[in-house]
Amino acid sequence: MSAAASTAARTALRRLPVLGVPLRRRPLVVGALLVAACLALAVVALGTGDYPLTPLQVVQAALDPSAGFARTVVLEWRMPRVLAALAFGAALGASGAVFQSLTRNPLGSPDVIGFSTGAYTGALLVLTVGGVSSAFASATGSATGATGGGAATTAGALAGGLLTALVVYALARVRGTVQGYRLVVVGIAATAVLHAANTYLLLRAQTEVAMAGAVWGAGSLSTTGWGDLTWALGALVVLVPALAVLAPALRQLELGDDAASAHGVRVERARLALVVVGVALVSVVTASSGPIAFVALAAPQVARLLLRGPGLSLVGSALVGALLLVSADQVSQRLLPGVPVGVVTVVGGGAYLLVLLLVRARRSA
Amino acid sequence: MSGVPGHGVAARLEARGVRLAYEGRVVASDLSLAVPDGSFTVVVGPNACGKSTLLRAFSRLLRPQAGAVVLDGAAIASYRPKEAARRVGLLPQSATAPEGITVADLVARGRYPHQGLVRQWSAADEVATTDAMLATGVEELRDRLVDDLSGGQRQRVWVAVALAQQTPLLLLDEPTTFLDVSHQVELLDLFADLHEAGTTVVAVLHDLNHAARYATHLVVMKDGAVVTAGAPADVLTAELVEAVYGLACVVVPDPVTGTPMVVPRGREARRPR
Repeated sequence: MSAAASTAARTALRRLPVLGVPLRRRPLVVGALLVAACLALAVVALGTGDYPLTPLQVVQAALDPSAGFARTVVLEWRMPRVLAALAFGAALGASGAVFQSLTRNPLGSPDVIGFSTGAYTGALLVLTVGGVSSAFASATGSATGATGGGAATTAGALAGGLLTALVVYALARVRGTVQGYRLVVVGIAATAVLHAANTYLLLRAQTEVAMAGAVWGAGSLSTTGWGDLTWALGALVVLVPALAVLAPALRQLELGDDAASAHGVRVERARLALVVVGVALVSVVTASSGPIAFVALAAPQVARLLLRGPGLSLVGSALVGALLLVSADQVSQRLLPGVPVGVVTVVGGGAYLLVLLLVRARRSA
Repeated sequence: MSGVPGHGVAARLEARGVRLAYEGRVVASDLSLAVPDGSFTVVVGPNACGKSTLLRAFSRLLRPQAGAVVLDGAAIASYRPKEAARRVGLLPQSATAPEGITVADLVARGRYPHQGLVRQWSAADEVATTDAMLATGVEELRDRLVDDLSGGQRQRVWVAVALAQQTPLLLLDEPTTFLDVSHQVELLDLFADLHEAGTTVVAVLHDLNHAARYATHLVVMKDGAVVTAGAPADVLTAELVEAVYGLACVVVPDPVTGTPMVVPRGREARRPR
C-alpha cells in the first residue's frame, strides 16, 4: 500500500459521527424500506374497515381539518389502534433485542423468559385483588378511555414484570455472573409458574372480570383508545431516550463482561439499567394490550437476517417489530375477525420458532 | 513515584498490599507488585498461584478486599471507568465477537473509552482503528468477518481492539494459550514490537522459556505471593524452578537469544535408583 493510499485509508470517515454507525448501504436501504413499509401498511390500515377509504382519502382526512366524518373515522376510530400497533411492536422488538443480546441467546426474549407473563400477573393482581374495576372498562370495551385504571394497571404490570425479572435474574446468577442459557431455562420455568398463577387469579375472580381478563390475556389491540394510548406513549417517550443512552454499553457487553469492563463500562450497573428499561418496555405494552407474544422473540432475528450487521440492531429490531405487529393486527382484523392479535402472533411465532429450531438443528448436524 | 519500599523504579501501575479473593476463597492476602515503567513485565508461576487474579485486579475486573491498586498515584477504584480505560488496556482471556461483525467494526469498539454522548465517532477514532489494524497486520482483513478467521488471526484482531484503546499500559492475560507454537512466537514478537514502541506491557504467561526470552522484568509468583522479581538472567535458576514448581531441571543459555532456558529433567531424574 502506498503512503498516500495509507493516509487516505487512515482518515476517511467510514462511520457516521453519531453512534459510530458504519456508513454502509445495506442497513440504510433496508432501514428506509422498513420505514416505508410501516407507513404504507399504516395508511392501508387506516383506510380499511366498514367505512373504506382510499390511501389518498386517508391522507386528506388526516391533514384536512374540514374533512368531517372521514376525519373522525381516521383520527378517532382507527388511528389509536394503528399507532398502538406501530409503537408497541417497536417497543417489543427493541426489548427483545436488548434481552437476546444480554443473554446471547435467540430464545432469551422477554416473552419466553417470563417477563411479559409476570407483567400480566402484576396487572391481573391489581384488577382482581386490588379491585380497580374501572380499568376493565378498557378491557371489556364498554368505554373508550379509562385513564385512572390504566395508570394502576400499568403500575401493576411494571411491578410484576420487574419483580419477575429480579427473581429470574437472581436465580440464574451463579458466582456473580449470569449465564445466558441459565437465564433462559430459569425464565421458562418462571413462565410456567406464572401461567398457573394467572389461571388461578382468573378462576377465583368474578365471572365478568375473569371473562374480560381472559380476552385481555390473549393480547388485543381492539380496545385501544386515545386514553390508554396516551399513557403508553408517554412512558415510551421516557424509555426510548434511556435506551439510546444505554445502547453503546450494550454493544460493548456483546464482547463479554471482561472486555466491556476493560473498555470502561460499569458492567453490573449497565446490565441492571438495561434490564429495567427492557422490562419497562414490555410491561407498558402488556398493561395496555395484554401479553403479545413472539414479536420480541422474532423481530431481532428477522432484523439480523435483513440487515446483516454485527450483533442485534436496536433500531432494526424496533422497525421489524412495528411492521410485524401492524401486519399481525391487520390479519386479526381483516382475515380472522374476532381472533385477537395476540393469538395471531402466537401462531405465527410458533411457526417461526419451529423454523428457527429446525435450521439450528440442521446447521449443527 | 513509587511508595513501596524495595522498588526504586518509577511505576505508574502497582499493587499495594492487596488482598484478593473470589467469594471468600482468598487467593492472595498481602500482595505488592510494581510494574516498572517501560518494562515488558511477565508474571509466571504454577497454576492457582494468583497471577491471573493479580492481572484481574490490575484491570479493575476484581476489587481488592484490602490494599489498593494504584494507577498514577491514585487508587484505580477512584477513577471514572472510562478514564482508567484510557490508561490501562486489557487483552482478556475470553472475549466474544458478535455474530456477523467485521474486523474493522470489532476493532472500532476498542474506541469506546474515548467516546461519550457528546463526543461520538471522529477522525481520531478512525486513525486509531486503522493504526491498530496496521500494527497487528490485520488491515488487509478489515472487511472480513471475524467468524471466518483462523485462531491466530482472531487473536491478532483482539490485540488490535486493545491497541485501538491507545493506552500507555497494556495487560495480557495468557495471550498465547490456545495458539500453536508458530502463532505464539509471532504474537510475542508483536508484543515485543509494541514494547519497543513505548508501551508498558504486563503479560501472564505459562511458558517459562517464552517468559525468559521476552520479559525485561520477570515476576515469579507462588501461593499468592511474589517469590522474586528482576531481569530473567538474574532470576531464573534451577533452584528457583525446583522451589516454585517442584520440577527438577537444568537451566542453560538459550541457543538463539542467550536468555535462560529451562530444560526439565522429568521422570528419569526423579525415579529412585
